[in-house]
Amino acid sequence: MHIPDGFLDAKTAAVAAVFSAAGLSGALYQLRRELPPRRVPLLGLGAAFVFAAQMVNFPVAGGTSGHLVGGALIAALLGTPAAVVVVSTVLIAQCFLFADGGVTALGANVFNMAIVAPVVGMAVYRVVQRLIPGLRGQVAALAFAGWCSAVAAAIVCAGQLAWSGTVAWSVAFPAMAGIHMLIGLGEGAISALVFYAVARTRPDIVASRPAGSLRGFLGYGLLATLGVALFAAPFACPWPDGLDAVAAKLGFARRAAESNWAWMAGYRLPGLGSGGAATALAGAIGALVAFGLAVLLSRLLVRTPAEAAKPAVDR
Amino acid sequence: MKDAPVFDQPPNRGVRPLIHRAPAGLKLGVALALAAGTAVVPVTWLWWHAAVAALLLTIVFMAKIRWRPLGARLLWFSPFVAGAALASALQGPAGPGWRAVALRGSLCLLTMLLLGATTSFSALLVVLHRIRVPALLVTTLALMYRYLHLLSDEAQRMNRARACRTFTPSRRRTWLISGEVIGRLFVRASERAERIYLAMAARGWS
Repeated sequence: MHIPDGFLDAKTAAVAAVFSAAGLSGALYQLRRELPPRRVPLLGLGAAFVFAAQMVNFPVAGGTSGHLVGGALIAALLGTPAAVVVVSTVLIAQCFLFADGGVTALGANVFNMAIVAPVVGMAVYRVVQRLIPGLRGQVAALAFAGWCSAVAAAIVCAGQLAWSGTVAWSVAFPAMAGIHMLIGLGEGAISALVFYAVARTRPDIVASRPAGSLRGFLGYGLLATLGVALFAAPFACPWPDGLDAVAAKLGFARRAAESNWAWMAGYRLPGLGSGGAATALAGAIGALVAFGLAVLLSRLLVRTPAEAAKPAVDR
Repeated sequence: MKDAPVFDQPPNRGVRPLIHRAPAGLKLGVALALAAGTAVVPVTWLWWHAAVAALLLTIVFMAKIRWRPLGARLLWFSPFVAGAALASALQGPAGPGWRAVALRGSLCLLTMLLLGATTSFSALLVVLHRIRVPALLVTTLALMYRYLHLLSDEAQRMNRARACRTFTPSRRRTWLISGEVIGRLFVRASERAERIYLAMAARGWS
């Protein structure tokens, strides 16, 4: 999902950079106040861990293989602000050390994978964990959270590509969302397997995840929602006028009308009308299937009733 | 870990070429300016792209960068270009087109590859520290870079041990065991982090 250079135009790259800078500095500020010094090196080691974990390949059908992305897993193990910093660090290093993901697209990549993915993952994790008790619930919650985080990041990424005018929404959205609804199954399963392994061998590590203030989490939630609203909603929701008004106010409407929006006229309708309902239905069915698979995985993994009843974390 | 070592080291360990010795801050600034400029400038300004390409090729010659790994890494970009071409074929001649994507993308990619090849990551970290990037982020980046190869080696060792012990594993077993391996890796990383904290505290870190 690393967007390379050349795929985003200046306005999208700049807006995404502002959003990710806000999220990253918020997370750094929160960590500086709340994180005990003892846990500071764990951020760097966590980032190195994500790199190393991505080297372990998981075989998928037909000779292909996948690997962990890690936003939701790190959020569940270390907390949301730590996950924002850890995954951002990984992305910065990938950009500067391996030229993996473009430098002008770094803001967008950080926003999608280091902010949207952990925040969506953690929100889903918290809700589902309440529904199903015990370690089984935690494993199922993380499996589903991993799926949701991959799909959410992919949809925002599609929105950015469409807003840049590189790939039309009607092409980018089905392609990105469809592929990542499959990739997300792997991401969720790997996250859940790893979480289960850690919770079984060292439950204290899982339990020592800082609770994190609700206010801080709401802040990230708000930022992620704003970003999704800005990048993806204009294409998916039936109120294009609002965006046009903002565009006119910001002064890029004229230029945009010439270059970027002209092609959209023909593509605005298919996303709405009956197509919109079909998309929503497909998404809902996909989410239900993913949730069912997550619960099934947790039942297969956590077998003994004693283990299933006792959560690894008391919260 | 891709081909980091190829780009991490100058080809000639004796006298380092001029570009390698230039201040890291300058190289970072120039690279960011070139990348941002290439992304902003209209594609029709061919003179800009020609100038950037000429500058980058001069640097490749001056810094004596090996062509083969550089070309191989640039080729990785082609699937993305193919994707953009496919998308523009599907949506008609509307967006910037795949040629623009290919031109901008490969110039920026070459810029970042050259920055990585001629500048050590620790020198970049010093620059980040000097321009007041939050200390927590710089510390995290530095620790990550320090333990990156160590943990990767550990992951490879654990994976090799796993491969030695499982003859013809089923896909399901491989997933289960690999999950176990990564979980173990996380436990080791966090135990190492505690030892690192004690060592840092003993040396007066605060």
